[in-house]
Amino acid sequence: MTKKETLMRLIKGLFASNKKAMIIVLISLIFSSAGIMSISVFIQLIIDEAIMPALTQGWSTVSSTLFTILTFMIILYSVSVIGTLIYTQIMAKIGQHYLDDIRKEMFEKMESLPIGYFDQRSHGDIMSYYTNDVDTLRQFITQSLIQFAMTLLTLVFVIAVMLYYSFFLTLFVAIGAFTMFKVTAHIGGKSSASFKDQQYSIGRLEGYVEEMMYGQRVVKSFVREEHAKKDFDKENENWFEDSKRARHYGNILMPILHNIGNLMYVLLAVLGSVLIYFSVTNVGFSGIYPFSIARVGIVVSFLSLSRQFSQNIRMISQQAPMVGMALGGASRVFEFLALEEEQDTGYVKLVNCIEHDDGTIEETDKVTNEWAWRHPHSDGSVTYTKLKGDIVLENVDFEYVEGTPVLKDISIYARPGETIALVGETGAGKTTITNLINRFYEIHEGKIRYDGINIKKIRKPDLRRSLGIVLQDTNLFSGTVRDNIRYARMEASEEEVIEAAKTANAYDFIKHLPKGFDTELSANGENLSQGQRQLISIARAACANTPVLILDEATSSIDTRTEALVQKGMNQLMEGRTVFVIAHRLSTVRNSDAIMVMDHGEIIERGDHDSLIEQKGIYYQLYTGALEME
Amino acid sequence: MFKTLAKSVREYKKESLLSPFFVTLEVICEILIPLIMAILIDEILANDITSLVLLGSVLLGLAMLALFFGYLSGKYSAVAASGFAKNIRKDIFYNVQTLSFANIDRYSHTALVTRMTTDTTNIQNAYGMLIRIAMRVPLMLIFSIIMAFSINVELSWIFLLALPVLGLGLFVIFKTAIPVFRRVFDKYDTLNGYVQENIKGIRVVKTFVKEDYEKERFKKNSEDIRDDFVKGERLVALNQPVFQFALYAVMTAVSVYGAYIVVSTFGGYNAAGNPVWGELSTGNLSSLIIYGMQILASLMMLAMIFVMFTISSASAKRIAAVLDERSDLKNPENPIETVPNGAIDFEDVYFKYKKDAEAWVLEAININIPSGSTVGIIGGTGVGKSSLINLISRFYDVSKGRLEVAGHNVKNYDLDVLRKEVAVVLQNNVLFTGTIAENIRWGDEHATDEEVRHVAEIASAHEFIMEFQNGYDNKIEQGGSNVSGGQKQRLCIARALLKKPKVLIMDDSTSAVDTKTEGKIRRALREDLPSMTKIIISQRISAVEDADQVLVMDQGRIVARGTHEELLKTSNIYAETYAMQQTKEGGAND
Repeated sequence: MTKKETLMRLIKGLFASNKKAMIIVLISLIFSSAGIMSISVFIQLIIDEAIMPALTQGWSTVSSTLFTILTFMIILYSVSVIGTLIYTQIMAKIGQHYLDDIRKEMFEKMESLPIGYFDQRSHGDIMSYYTNDVDTLRQFITQSLIQFAMTLLTLVFVIAVMLYYSFFLTLFVAIGAFTMFKVTAHIGGKSSASFKDQQYSIGRLEGYVEEMMYGQRVVKSFVREEHAKKDFDKENENWFEDSKRARHYGNILMPILHNIGNLMYVLLAVLGSVLIYFSVTNVGFSGIYPFSIARVGIVVSFLSLSRQFSQNIRMISQQAPMVGMALGGASRVFEFLALEEEQDTGYVKLVNCIEHDDGTIEETDKVTNEWAWRHPHSDGSVTYTKLKGDIVLENVDFEYVEGTPVLKDISIYARPGETIALVGETGAGKTTITNLINRFYEIHEGKIRYDGINIKKIRKPDLRRSLGIVLQDTNLFSGTVRDNIRYARMEASEEEVIEAAKTANAYDFIKHLPKGFDTELSANGENLSQGQRQLISIARAACANTPVLILDEATSSIDTRTEALVQKGMNQLMEGRTVFVIAHRLSTVRNSDAIMVMDHGEIIERGDHDSLIEQKGIYYQLYTGALEME
Repeated sequence: MFKTLAKSVREYKKESLLSPFFVTLEVICEILIPLIMAILIDEILANDITSLVLLGSVLLGLAMLALFFGYLSGKYSAVAASGFAKNIRKDIFYNVQTLSFANIDRYSHTALVTRMTTDTTNIQNAYGMLIRIAMRVPLMLIFSIIMAFSINVELSWIFLLALPVLGLGLFVIFKTAIPVFRRVFDKYDTLNGYVQENIKGIRVVKTFVKEDYEKERFKKNSEDIRDDFVKGERLVALNQPVFQFALYAVMTAVSVYGAYIVVSTFGGYNAAGNPVWGELSTGNLSSLIIYGMQILASLMMLAMIFVMFTISSASAKRIAAVLDERSDLKNPENPIETVPNGAIDFEDVYFKYKKDAEAWVLEAININIPSGSTVGIIGGTGVGKSSLINLISRFYDVSKGRLEVAGHNVKNYDLDVLRKEVAVVLQNNVLFTGTIAENIRWGDEHATDEEVRHVAEIASAHEFIMEFQNGYDNKIEQGGSNVSGGQKQRLCIARALLKKPKVLIMDDSTSAVDTKTEGKIRRALREDLPSMTKIIISQRISAVEDADQVLVMDQGRIVARGTHEELLKTSNIYAETYAMQQTKEGGAND
């Protein structure tokens, strides 16, 4: 997207829902700047048309003229103030509504992006759309945009009035303006280049400080304070040099422009007086006549016009970097909004059903707690399959990046109620398998079937609704404990929530929280211990009550007693469900129906505990502690 | 608060003074320009070419000077503001290095980073503004008022009367708007936290098919913020029409009254046909208008500066709090410079983190650890194990009782010496950007390659290090993300061993290491470093089984002590935990 397109899209977005508002803003803006503009015109009018004649002929002859001028003046000024009031109030509202729309649009987009997008980027990167980019937009909309428009409008006015008085003097001012633009471009270019350097060095500095502050206790226990200071000084000094240079250019631009304006002002006065002295002929829209003392008003108003002119150019160059930043931010936001969303071509739905005694299944709108897959066929017929939790992976290949296979020829058969343990080193492909079952990623080759149905045919929301997960990162959400537990089913009754908490072994500790189930969790439940967070996430999965579960056991050390609680909760949760577990605990592995030992994307050993121990292969080594289980 | 910050100006005092100095000169030039201009305009009317040329050159000279002064003040303020920020950041960083654990506990590490980044940048901006624009604006205001009065007193009163009216209007507007914005920005932070939560938990959101629910929640919050923002922006937007109204009113009054004065005091034309002005010439009237605009614009700028300072004062307060933080651990006056051996004695030690806390974290602790022995500590989370060992290297001071290392109170040792001799492998294991060797050398910079390798071998790290492409020169990425948890822990143990300490404390430092390797490390420690006192905190009984004595802790007290065999008989907690772990770990050790 070019800058122009970005700008147009921004402006369109701002006024899209409100064309009338745009017209009102535009008209108010014209009146508002006309008022400011006309200050010098009125002064000149008063001097030329009232004061000068009055000097020779007295007040009485000019009183009606003066009255007319004053009337116009007061009317225009009043309209101008009202115009300013109107457009500033409208813009405050429109701007914030637009920002709100953008935020919501971005969030909605984010929620519908495929998991791959999140896996490939750091969280900070995605966050930065909401913070940095939207912030530049906010500044642009609330400050720069109107200022920019106003300044441009004023410039047009000024140029028109200047042309009215004198072509020649206008040309002179134009040369001054050209110089100012050149200077701005030159210094501005250097300034933005060195600001980039500065951003880079502050980034490095921040990285260093971040690392040191995080490891401050280690620094102290190793008495490395002096070292840390020395390294810090180096980074800080680097930053200082860059910041000094960047600020230098930023700082001198305004005084230079300001004083070029002053120079122009002075030169214009000198030029004007010379023109008058030699009675040079003046050409303008006001007519053709020689410069003269009687028409000194032309030079005087030109002086104040040139002042206004250079002031406005200064304003523009002041706003330019902000506008540039905002356009950069806006184009990033627009790119984000244009990202491809997660696709879903599934048509098999999950429905409530009643199973009759003869084994036939009937769809129903009632809540029956019994579910079936509704499978429409191309010939118009519909079949129903009972939801059981039978999962089969057949010869599955997968790669995140083309050419680097991550999973090779994986086949797993999980019958309803069975527990499949996935064991192996970090990067062996355990998590990837679970990512394929809930279709966070699409398999490359092979098939995955859920109750005999190819999962590509199942609508993603329905597929996922039939799968529960408990992950290492517990990911609780701000809100009450109750809301977190019934996260998957907001309609769950109080009894169901309590039941889920009991299943997860979480009921006792929740009851002892200051407000029980109504206790508010802060971001990601930081006010709970690691073990407690895990218990709640188990309760959440219990409340979702899905036939299939994906578990990723936590590796971090929690104390023995809490761990026993978590373990027991997990076991109760797994009862009667088909479970894929990325196992770290030997006890979990031992109790599984089947164990898949994975290495470099392949299943190298499979079987139950006893048979694998007998094989004396990798599993045996893992189990006896000869190899680390990560 | 400002006093604390002002100390950081230091070597940039010169620039900090030169910048406002040149601003003052620039302002003087700029004020003189319209004044001389007025004379020039009147001379145009008088048609006197020589004085025209003369005045013209003076004006040109003034404009050039103003440009030069403006340039200089910009240059110096860039140095001063950047230098001030550099020093503030340095002072914060240096001060943090002197602080004790107890001090640092009061700040999260992200908070400290923010002090050195965002907050410092805010101060830098405010300072740059203070020594330049905040200097220029009041000067401009005062000079403009003086000049206006020197031209015509009566007309100037109009400006002066307008000032308080406009000033009060702006003040009221900002005063009401600032709290609204503060509130909005707080809410904004919450909203961002909310986005973060969704990014992190996207798998959960998608698995439970909660996209629509999350969108709805976000929408509600975002709209709430929008409505507050609109309120605030509308308030602030009022300052423009108010300013324009004042400007127009003043301009109308001045032009009408000015015209009256020009005409009524006019002295007619002299013999040469030139006008003889009375109290006010038309040229003066034009200048007066310019000064008037300047006065009002300055006031507007002052209001903006006021807002800027209000915002940055929050940053200043936060920075000053860190700078004023003083370590609550003092090095003794005549410190003991050597630690003879690794004997440790706790005599009736009590401890709590905060003086005003009601409950003790540690109560009535009595331990006697002979030099070279191995002690195991067992207990659940939060029973005070880490607190106990933090006292030995004096990360915290005991609240009551006495703690001795090698027969001397820890308070009598030089802090650095004590910490070198009492090495702690913390629970919170951190590796730093750099190579593996560099990380191990944290223990002793001057260690030879052989020594580094030796400690790596003791910590069972040598083998996996050699599996890396570059061996000991392999880079550790920020936060140690390219090594596994168990590998990280072993590197941390090696790092601590390189200090050749008299006491080694391992705070749950082998939790991610498999039991077999853990056993190997323990054996190597016992055999290679027999004179070193070893304290091992663990969740696993297997890690402390062969210790000379094992302490069982519960709720800040030592509830049982003895060897493994003794404790199995005497301590219920110990026996239960052992039984639980035996079944859990199964045949892990067979």
